[in-house]
Amino acid sequence: MSTQARAEKHSTQHNAMQQTVPAKQKKTAVKVDVPPEQIKYANLLLYCSWAGIGILVLTFILYVTGLVGSYIPPAQVAQYWGLSAHEFLVETGAPSGWGWLGMLKYGDFLNLVGIAFLALLTIVGYLVLLLPAYIRKKDLSYAAIVTVEILVLTLAASGILKVGAH
Amino acid sequence: MLEEIIAKASMLLELANNSQVAQAVTQASGAPGTPWWVWPLLLFVTTFVMGIVAVMAGVGGGVLFVPIVGSFFPFHLDFVRGAGLIVALAGALAAGPGLLKANLANLRLALPVALIASTFSIVGAFIGLALPSNILQICLGLTITFIAVLFIFSKNSEFPKVGKPDGVSRALNISGSYYEPSAGRPVDWTVWRTPQGFLLFIAIGTVAGMFGLGAGWANVPVLNLLMGAPLKIAVGSSKFLLSITDTSAAWVYLNQGAVLPIIAVPSVLGIMLGSLVGVRLLAGAKPKVVRNMVILMLLFAGIRSLLKGLGWG
Repeated sequence: MSTQARAEKHSTQHNAMQQTVPAKQKKTAVKVDVPPEQIKYANLLLYCSWAGIGILVLTFILYVTGLVGSYIPPAQVAQYWGLSAHEFLVETGAPSGWGWLGMLKYGDFLNLVGIAFLALLTIVGYLVLLLPAYIRKKDLSYAAIVTVEILVLTLAASGILKVGAH
Repeated sequence: MLEEIIAKASMLLELANNSQVAQAVTQASGAPGTPWWVWPLLLFVTTFVMGIVAVMAGVGGGVLFVPIVGSFFPFHLDFVRGAGLIVALAGALAAGPGLLKANLANLRLALPVALIASTFSIVGAFIGLALPSNILQICLGLTITFIAVLFIFSKNSEFPKVGKPDGVSRALNISGSYYEPSAGRPVDWTVWRTPQGFLLFIAIGTVAGMFGLGAGWANVPVLNLLMGAPLKIAVGSSKFLLSITDTSAAWVYLNQGAVLPIIAVPSVLGIMLGSLVGVRLLAGAKPKVVRNMVILMLLFAGIRSLLKGLGWG
């Protein structure tokens, strides 16, 4: 069989091939190449996600034990948790958006630090690790995807977008 | 088969009503003088059990959280969905590093898909927060019932057949390799039908944001069966991309005051500890039995939510 014929046969098989099955692969080194930016991003998530969960635990203990004062004491929250989010804000006068940052002396708002920390991780990882890595590689399509994602997440986090009451 | 499912559902309903946790929740719901700390404690215990069951059944904890907590606890659905997103986000962030390092979650596959899903999860979050509660309950009931049916009929494929990669997957170079321990070798993979897959992620993102559900139940079939990613890549990338999809919706809920720490924090801790215990129990478990139980629980919670929305529950 000529080289061209072999290439054509290979091409035909490729049009409906089984996803590469281990048994059919040549023996290669066991190590799998993982892009460096993926490893760095994984490390950021590893340390920061557990740090965020640690902050959640710590601030929750401060809140429920009463070591830090509360805007709505835990014993009274049950009066409000059956209301919709909009009614809750109206009834309690609690702030929306980033207003909670000015209320960190209260244990219930202090808890939001851990939650916001977890929700910021993706934006930080994209901005600090992935965007520079794709720009360095001149991988413009992924640099564009990462940039748009940063914008989308920042818009969501900004609190600019508002929802109508129901 | 339907009769069998209905019979099992009634059995489960009875079990759920008789189980100690459910009884405790029901009693506490009907008692206005219940001490405040009972609720976070019950929530912690419930989500701990949920975390164990989710791992054994091979489903995400997020998909169980909203229907079950929404059905049995006295919290408004806004706060349950807000907590559900934080639960799914924390779980995805904690699982991400291991999956990324093993290349089971692949950035070239996850990033474009996550962009679509996270954008539309914002849209979904706004729809969910703007809809009247009864309409939302009905939509949630229908979605959860659909998910349960999807679990019954969907079959995954470990190494799906993949045709010629399309223009989008070639342009984005969506491919990779991972180490397959059963063969002791790396496996190369690529995807096809990328535009169709991307379109479906619009719907997945919207549903995830609207109901605060982790979307693994939809991500995996689309990545695996439609786009042809090997099952391990589909599961790993799905789990990782929840950390991005749920981030955008979580911000919307947080900014609208729909995240109550007293509900969200015990739930995150319960489900994460439960997942750790579930992983240890997995070796001795019967995954099929547990999975069937989860399907029945979802059917029950879905129908209950539907009836609640219609004012019959």
